[in-house]
Amino acid sequence: MKRRNEDLTVTRNRTLADGFFVIEAASSSQLPEIGAGQFVQVLVTGSPSTFLRRPLSVHDADYSNNTLSLLIQVAGAGTQRLSQLQAGEKINIIYPLGNSFTLPVSGEKVLLVGGGSGMAPLLYLGRKVSEAGVEPQFALGFRNRSRILDHDGFRKLGHVMLATEDGSEGSKGFVTDIPAFRDGEWDRVYCCGPEPMMKAVAEICRARDIFCEVSLENLMACGLGICLCCIVPTTSGNLCSCTDGPVFNIRDLKWQT
Amino acid sequence: MADLKIKIGSMELRNPVMLASGTCGYGSELADFIELAELGAVIIKGTTLELREGNPYPRMAETASGMLNAVGLQNKGIDYFEKHYYPLLDTYDTNVIVNVNGNTVEEYAELSRRIDNLEAIPAIELNISCPNVKMGGMVFGTNPLAAREVIAAVRKAYSRTLIVKLSPNVTDITEFARISEGEGAEAVSLVNTLLGMAVDTRSMKPKLSTITGGLSGPAIKPVALRMVWQTVKAVKIPVIGIGGIMNAEDALEFIMAGATAVQIGTASFIEPRTAIDVISGISSFLVENNFDSVKNITGIINRI
Repeated sequence: MKRRNEDLTVTRNRTLADGFFVIEAASSSQLPEIGAGQFVQVLVTGSPSTFLRRPLSVHDADYSNNTLSLLIQVAGAGTQRLSQLQAGEKINIIYPLGNSFTLPVSGEKVLLVGGGSGMAPLLYLGRKVSEAGVEPQFALGFRNRSRILDHDGFRKLGHVMLATEDGSEGSKGFVTDIPAFRDGEWDRVYCCGPEPMMKAVAEICRARDIFCEVSLENLMACGLGICLCCIVPTTSGNLCSCTDGPVFNIRDLKWQT
Repeated sequence: MADLKIKIGSMELRNPVMLASGTCGYGSELADFIELAELGAVIIKGTTLELREGNPYPRMAETASGMLNAVGLQNKGIDYFEKHYYPLLDTYDTNVIVNVNGNTVEEYAELSRRIDNLEAIPAIELNISCPNVKMGGMVFGTNPLAAREVIAAVRKAYSRTLIVKLSPNVTDITEFARISEGEGAEAVSLVNTLLGMAVDTRSMKPKLSTITGGLSGPAIKPVALRMVWQTVKAVKIPVIGIGGIMNAEDALEFIMAGATAVQIGTASFIEPRTAIDVISGISSFLVENNFDSVKNITGIINRI
């Protein structure tokens, strides 16, 4: 797939909660086919302290109007600037980048696990899972009720289970404490979130021999497999999370404790 | 159309713009965005005799107008290179230069000998300036005796064009340029990254696994430009300017200060097309100002 360097037009910038926002941006041409889990490198202009592009997962893609959605959490000056983008402004992106999640086959039982900005790739993954003829189920974790992000889009695709650390909504604790996750007969588990969450999910899947892919969020400069900054130690040596990933099967990662 | 052609040693370049080592992979990584055949040269990733895994993560930190890296020469070694990359590079319609690294004088010489056998590689860039490896690298580039020894050994082992990439982490870079010239190098390229560091105040730890790393990007451009200017006045061999070039105007500054050619590095991470835009920008500048050739403005600030 040829990667593009393109100016998209922001069509909407919607604040969710707690420093999270969703940018929708349209291409003036046909969107390229984007795999679930792939990402874009966004050029941030108007933020003097931001030098590098920002890698962001594709949250959703609508081919009927050639629009991409990006779910972003304000983490520094760069994402702060992106949060201020207005409809009509241009945004330069390089995309589509990275590999994709391995989609299920019909009849499989599939769980998508995430939290915070890790929810970003899971909506589009859920859509692709759904298109593959499998109803996805979601396990989403938040700190408490007031920090739960809008997940109506997820609900349209499949059953959503919530966990909050204080138990103010859904199961009390982490996503790994959701009984249906621990006890369910899953064929595939996909996960994106903070590293402790992904490691905990990976540990359960490894113990129960469940197929599990995680999407890593390493610091990167180029996103093109050139700078070798975003490396991940794997059973086949150091790999780039930007081109060999960001999606890795947990059996290839050196995460075993 | 102005004449952009230049010559470095016996290597002819269609224009004075190259992609810097470590910022263009093996060229193919940028092929979706640029025509490699439009470039003066591509300097591929730093190569060693043996496979190297490089330094642990994290290897990168963004800084004001730049970035620090501590990759540590991760590469698959010369055997893998010959088998898997060389056949591909052989098809490129541009000069492909290999950046050469080692732990010892013998390793540098052996690797240079191996590359001397590769017909499609017209030049090597001898890297005695990598700040991110414990042995070799900058150790050679900051000690005049060690520099002389490694350059002499590589010169003996390598018959084509030899470029020496110099470290800015020295008191007087011209001393190393003079040594390179004296030992038979056809050109020097400068600067490699400046040694720097950054601290994460939230975790209260260094941002790089190696604590220190190499700073690149526009933050270092004025320093690089000054060193290039000083070096141009100190040696007769061509000087290749590197350091924070983001656009044609930056490149023209280096050329006017005396650089025969320039390398585009970190800028490619942000805008993969930078090198192509620099070439067309230099060309437009020459046409608009009625210069026939890029040579007319090379070192123009130094003319009386």
